[in-house]
Amino acid sequence: MSLLLLAILSPLLLAVFVPIFYKYFRPIHTGWFVLPLPVILFSYFLTYIPITSGNQFAAQTLSWIPSLGIDFAARVDGLGLLFALLITGIGALVVLYSIYYLGKNKEQLNTFYVYLLMFMGAMLGVVLSDNLIVLYMFWELTSFSSFLLIGYWYNREKSRYGAQKSMLITVFGGLCMLGGIILLYLMTGTFSISEIMNMGADSFFHNSLFIPALIFILLGAFTKSAQFPFHIWLPDAMEAPTPVSAYLHSATMVKAGIYLVARFTPFFGESSVWFWLVSGIGLFTLFWGSFNAVKQIDLKGILAYSTVSQLGMIMSLLGVGAAALHFEGIHDSYFTVATTAAIFHLINHATFKGSLFMVVGIVDHETGTRDIRNLGGLMTFMPITFTVSIIGAFSMAGLPPFNGFLSKEMFFTGMVRIQEAGLFNLETLGILFPIIAWIASIFTFIYSMILVFKTFTGKYQPEKLEKKPHEAPMGMLISPIILVSLVIIIFFFPNLLADTLIAPAMASILPSLLTGTETFHVHIAAWHGFTIELYMTIGVILLGTIMFLTREKWMGIYRIFPEKLTINHVYNGLLNHSQSLSRSFTDFYMNGSIRTYLLYIFTFFIVLLLSTMGLKNAFTLDTSNLGTIGIWEIILALLIVISCIAVLFSKSRMTSIILLGAVGYTVSLFYVLFRAPDLALTQLVIETVSVALFLLCFYHLPKKRNEERMRFKLTNAIISIGVGLVVTLIAISAHSNKVFDSIAQYYVENTYTEAAGKNMVNVILVDFRGFDTMFEITVLAIAAIGIFSMIKLRLSGRKES
Amino acid sequence: MLETIVSIALLMIAIAMAMLIYRVIKGPTTPDRVIALDALGINLVAIVALTSILLKTSAFLDIILLIAILAFIGTVAFSKYLEKGVIIENERNR
Repeated sequence: MSLLLLAILSPLLLAVFVPIFYKYFRPIHTGWFVLPLPVILFSYFLTYIPITSGNQFAAQTLSWIPSLGIDFAARVDGLGLLFALLITGIGALVVLYSIYYLGKNKEQLNTFYVYLLMFMGAMLGVVLSDNLIVLYMFWELTSFSSFLLIGYWYNREKSRYGAQKSMLITVFGGLCMLGGIILLYLMTGTFSISEIMNMGADSFFHNSLFIPALIFILLGAFTKSAQFPFHIWLPDAMEAPTPVSAYLHSATMVKAGIYLVARFTPFFGESSVWFWLVSGIGLFTLFWGSFNAVKQIDLKGILAYSTVSQLGMIMSLLGVGAAALHFEGIHDSYFTVATTAAIFHLINHATFKGSLFMVVGIVDHETGTRDIRNLGGLMTFMPITFTVSIIGAFSMAGLPPFNGFLSKEMFFTGMVRIQEAGLFNLETLGILFPIIAWIASIFTFIYSMILVFKTFTGKYQPEKLEKKPHEAPMGMLISPIILVSLVIIIFFFPNLLADTLIAPAMASILPSLLTGTETFHVHIAAWHGFTIELYMTIGVILLGTIMFLTREKWMGIYRIFPEKLTINHVYNGLLNHSQSLSRSFTDFYMNGSIRTYLLYIFTFFIVLLLSTMGLKNAFTLDTSNLGTIGIWEIILALLIVISCIAVLFSKSRMTSIILLGAVGYTVSLFYVLFRAPDLALTQLVIETVSVALFLLCFYHLPKKRNEERMRFKLTNAIISIGVGLVVTLIAISAHSNKVFDSIAQYYVENTYTEAAGKNMVNVILVDFRGFDTMFEITVLAIAAIGIFSMIKLRLSGRKES
Repeated sequence: MLETIVSIALLMIAIAMAMLIYRVIKGPTTPDRVIALDALGINLVAIVALTSILLKTSAFLDIILLIAILAFIGTVAFSKYLEKGVIIENERNR
């Protein structure tokens, strides 16, 4: 196994050893054993930068199920490397943070780090695998490990609820994605992502599977990335420990959907459906998330909705960036700016959101609450935390001199320019793009301010806090400080990232724009003159400040939306209703009465066979190969008919039993008449025995039961007549359609010569087809043993005595 | 000639059987039905014998014996049931 594949699987391998470390090295925090791995992986992935910055890629394949085209193929290109660095880099910081956040003695560290490592390995697998099935496998592993991490404090009900909700939604999306993958496979004939991308979408554009595959894959991406209306699991996932929220629900897992959209842009991007779905839903999510974040009172709630909103922003940028595929060559860099912004903001978001989550975790850890109504005036107690959070929040709001400003400006650029593209009827609806983006940015500004100023300034309310606040330990502060330093460094030196990470990633998203050895030239500048974007940012700041200061007055608009109209309400209702509905449905048809079940079986029997017969026009009546009917057959048939009818109308059970016996004996007479002496013999004996058994049952019936005639039920009558009719019709048709001769001639000729017997029936039973006989003997033996044990074995009775 | 006679005999027996069956259905008491059934069994013996003649085969002669035995056993068992309420009695010294 090559080094690259080993690197992807190494977190999973280490996860096996974590419980051993936990058990045998109790004095040392287990996190210290985990920490080196992401650091090593991060440095290892850094070595790929020279490869990817030349638009090259590294690939390794390990054969897994070659007959199905499923191989464990890893491919490191610009996009994958960017994500791999995010995963391992932030992973290392989160592990470091968690060492100080989770207590050594009161938490189950072994499970925590096993889950976390599982997640890390799964995430690396998602972003680096080149095979769709392997990608799906890792995708589901991220869902499962996320489920385990959200439900880490499994004795809390809200944790379990959040874990279940995220599981249901992301697995729903995952299965949709699997459907999309299979459709893709049907279209292209390969699971390899790079091969699919090389084929290009042109030849599949008119394939009827193209749009369903597109929608299914987008459903997977949208559920994972918490896009509207699937964003509801993310706020409830905030019940997880804060390192988990910081890692999974801001920096990595929720970006798996972004990764998927970016990965498939070269293939699906040329379709207008893709453009409208990705950018439209992304924009709406951006607005909806930022709008809802303002009303949250829990710090992690604000961050959750803010994550939703920022993911929507990245998503919409990717959608808009896909429009660039319609313009040849990179010289029209006019439209690729949206893709640049998406990747750039992806990095920026990981830095500031990670730090903000860690800050919130510190506040929670040091004060015991995350409710902004109880917090305030913490600035003097926690100066470092305050500094970190103000940098993170200002970056999130898009203020200079932090990296959020750069990506927000580019976001506005992309949104403003899209209406100039003249594609997909953008001339009319296109004007909405910058407007929605601008409104959403105002709300983003407001909640960012709430996050900082409600927590750290204002009135200090010691009576509402569980603990006396003080600055966090240094170890806990290292990770957020590193992240916010990045926030500032990226602002001042954005082009450090441009050639190393952003340009290669863009080359993966928009490969068709490059020819030969061309590369994208990404230039990010903080200052680009007095453009419309700058005025928009100034507007955001001005309006946002005013609205933040006067928010008491307009917060009432949130009460316009009643609780019943929220998607959470719909989700809960759907869950409860589907449960109660399926329960009542099951209660309705599974009523426990055998009569009803027989009714179903027979009705289906009649309906299926009759309709098949009717639709296929299969009923035929051919009298050519019928034998002659003698008087004896008629008499015997009449006898059977009379006794059968008499069984139905008899008053006592005794009469019914005797009449059944009569039927049996008449059948044996038929055997005589149709020259089957062996059958007649057996039939006679068996009939006698079974009549005797019936009489036995009859004798043991409860005494009080008054004998009465069978009650008449119309449905029973109709169904029984129907069954009889169907069987008769089928028998007639089958007899009329003898396709080939019977093979009996062989037995007639060979019974004596081959098997040394003159009784053909017996020779068939024990010689030609003796196997059946053997198992019929077995059946009889089982029946006998069963009867014996039913009579002798009375366990419940023994217990009572 | 023989076939005609056999056919007539069969018809007569069939009519007899039909009447016996009427007794089985109608029979006011259980012993009536049991006796009718026993007679039906014997009639069956006759029918099988006559059919063997008609079909010119000796393959059904076993069946005649079997019916006779079964009719006997069945009738005895039924009679015992009607008399004592059980067919196979438990060992007495239990």
